Amino acid sequence: MSAFPHLVRRERASLSATVLAPLAALAIATLLNLALYAVMGKSPGAVFHAMLLEPFLSWASFSEVLLKMGPLLLIAQGLAIGFRAKVFNIGAEGQFILGAIFASALPVWYPEATGGWIWPAMLLSGAIGGALWAAITAFWRVRLNANEILVSLMLSLVATQVLNYLLLGPWKDPAGFNFPQSVMFQYDAMVPILIDGTRVNWSFPLTILLSLAAYVFMQKSFMGYKLQVGGLAPRAAGYAGFSEGRAIWLSLLIGGFAAGLAGAAEVAGPLGQLQRSISTGYGYAAIIVAYLGGLHPLGIIVSALVMAAIYIGGDNAMVSAELPIAAVRVFQGSLLIAYLIAVAFIRYRLEWPKAADRRPA
Amino acid sequence: MNAVDFILSGMLAAATPFLLAALGELVVERAGVLNLGVEGLMALGAVIAFIVVYHGGGHMLAFAAAGLASVLLSLVFALVALGFRANQVATGLAIGILGQGLSALFGKTYESLTVKGLPKLALPGLSDLPVIGGLFVQDVVVWLSLLLTLMIWAGFAFSKTGLVLRAVGENPKAAHAIGYPVIAVRVAAIAFGGLLAGFAGAYASVVYTPLWADGMIAGRGWIAIALVVFGTWLTGRIFLGACLFGAVSLMSLAAQATGVELPSQFLSSLPYLVTIIVLGIISANKRLLKLNGVASLGEPFER
Repeated sequence: MSAFPHLVRRERASLSATVLAPLAALAIATLLNLALYAVMGKSPGAVFHAMLLEPFLSWASFSEVLLKMGPLLLIAQGLAIGFRAKVFNIGAEGQFILGAIFASALPVWYPEATGGWIWPAMLLSGAIGGALWAAITAFWRVRLNANEILVSLMLSLVATQVLNYLLLGPWKDPAGFNFPQSVMFQYDAMVPILIDGTRVNWSFPLTILLSLAAYVFMQKSFMGYKLQVGGLAPRAAGYAGFSEGRAIWLSLLIGGFAAGLAGAAEVAGPLGQLQRSISTGYGYAAIIVAYLGGLHPLGIIVSALVMAAIYIGGDNAMVSAELPIAAVRVFQGSLLIAYLIAVAFIRYRLEWPKAADRRPA
Repeated sequence: MNAVDFILSGMLAAATPFLLAALGELVVERAGVLNLGVEGLMALGAVIAFIVVYHGGGHMLAFAAAGLASVLLSLVFALVALGFRANQVATGLAIGILGQGLSALFGKTYESLTVKGLPKLALPGLSDLPVIGGLFVQDVVVWLSLLLTLMIWAGFAFSKTGLVLRAVGENPKAAHAIGYPVIAVRVAAIAFGGLLAGFAGAYASVVYTPLWADGMIAGRGWIAIALVVFGTWLTGRIFLGACLFGAVSLMSLAAQATGVELPSQFLSSLPYLVTIIVLGIISANKRLLKLNGVASLGEPFER
């Protein structure tokens, strides 16, 4: 027996640990990051207030949280389905960008078009664009056996360059003082506002609806069951005749569709044009959201809300406490690390070495 | 200087960040661990090295500090992935995000500042050769990296350490049964990988392009991970792959200089596109991957 405490497998998974893990992770990550801010010479109290309380204190800032929550929730739901099937699509960032590009094509090419059909058509074409971008990864994985993590990530880096090319070249607003951005979209290319006085639009209820659809798909449908078996026990899934290739295609297409839709909703919503900064790392943050929600469609709704609050809170802290915006990324990374430690206690318990086991040195 | 001379003389320096990071990841994966946090480890090393050089600490200290910082971050990976048996993919991504976040945080006030790089050392005689002479005029880090490549190759081929490392990666249960400390070997491999990723980042920020810009690693950590697959876990092939990527990243510069009419964004994405294409070609050969791959890669070890 070593002198270190060690993990012992539990007879059955601990339910209380399942619920506590994300909360404990949030608490630990908060404490660590506040300590970091103190070292940086920022007042931890002021940052805590700006980052974690302020987003919930006024309707104005809470509505911004809901706005931010939309893309995170949508992307994370799509990714979680893949992650449960052990298909690691980490290229949601690129699928999001392609979705934004596909959606923008309509108002950029037809700026004079009018009609209530325009924004729904944009959302649909964005979702298809995201799915097509993800299809490249699926093809590479299924047909060429290539690792989907690396391919999807490389495609995200390519997507950024495609976006830059369009915004500096053919799609640049001629009256835009040479800024890398497209023309402002016409009125009909914008998703209608849901709550007056805020920027929350009809894509938000759509996002919640799709989350519930993800719940039904993953927890109640046979197809969702097949995906999960494929992830937990690939060989058993093979014997049962569940096709691995089909699971990979489905996971990636769903992930790409959701991320593309999120990208479309951003340009047709709060942004109103295609810009270089359409994504502030949503595609990567959504990976954390998916894990933090326990890869469960309902858990992800909560974790998306928390992550959105951290984004808005980070913006607040940048203004009020002069905290660099990179602090949000540090917080996100440490949150996932704390969560991965915390979930160990669902399946394991810590056993401390007994005094009798310790050999005298 | 024509395009061929330009690429030949610059190739090794451009290849060095890829090479160092990929060699580190090779050692980690040979021990059976998949660390996807290389991009973050490099980003952290890069910013630490830049800060040290900017404040007059010199390149030696910069590499040491960068290596140390990345080792510490890689040990966090080891704690979570090995100590708490977390999913290695998720842990690697978390380390990547954290490393890039810390890099942006520490580098904030240094944006667009520059430092002095390192002088080039010529191998007498060889450097005077026509056409390929430029290959033999390199800075000291390139020469040391070539030496390290040779040592890692020899380490895997001839040394007992290399053999133990491979045993732990191929069959951790058997290695444990005959008395090798599986977890300790893996932690050491992860720390070594962190050290080299830190050096790779330092080389990128204070030697190759001695200028600080957030996100300057620009996917090179991920390409390094892909290089390990391209090289089918063999040192020599990884070296050739790194040279290929060094050449590809110079080709975009050379193409612009020779006036080839292509959008610069296409040239910037060339390394990523080449990665995707080569990954498809190599991976399609399943026999090759199975033959040289690491049997227990990514799986947690439980006694």
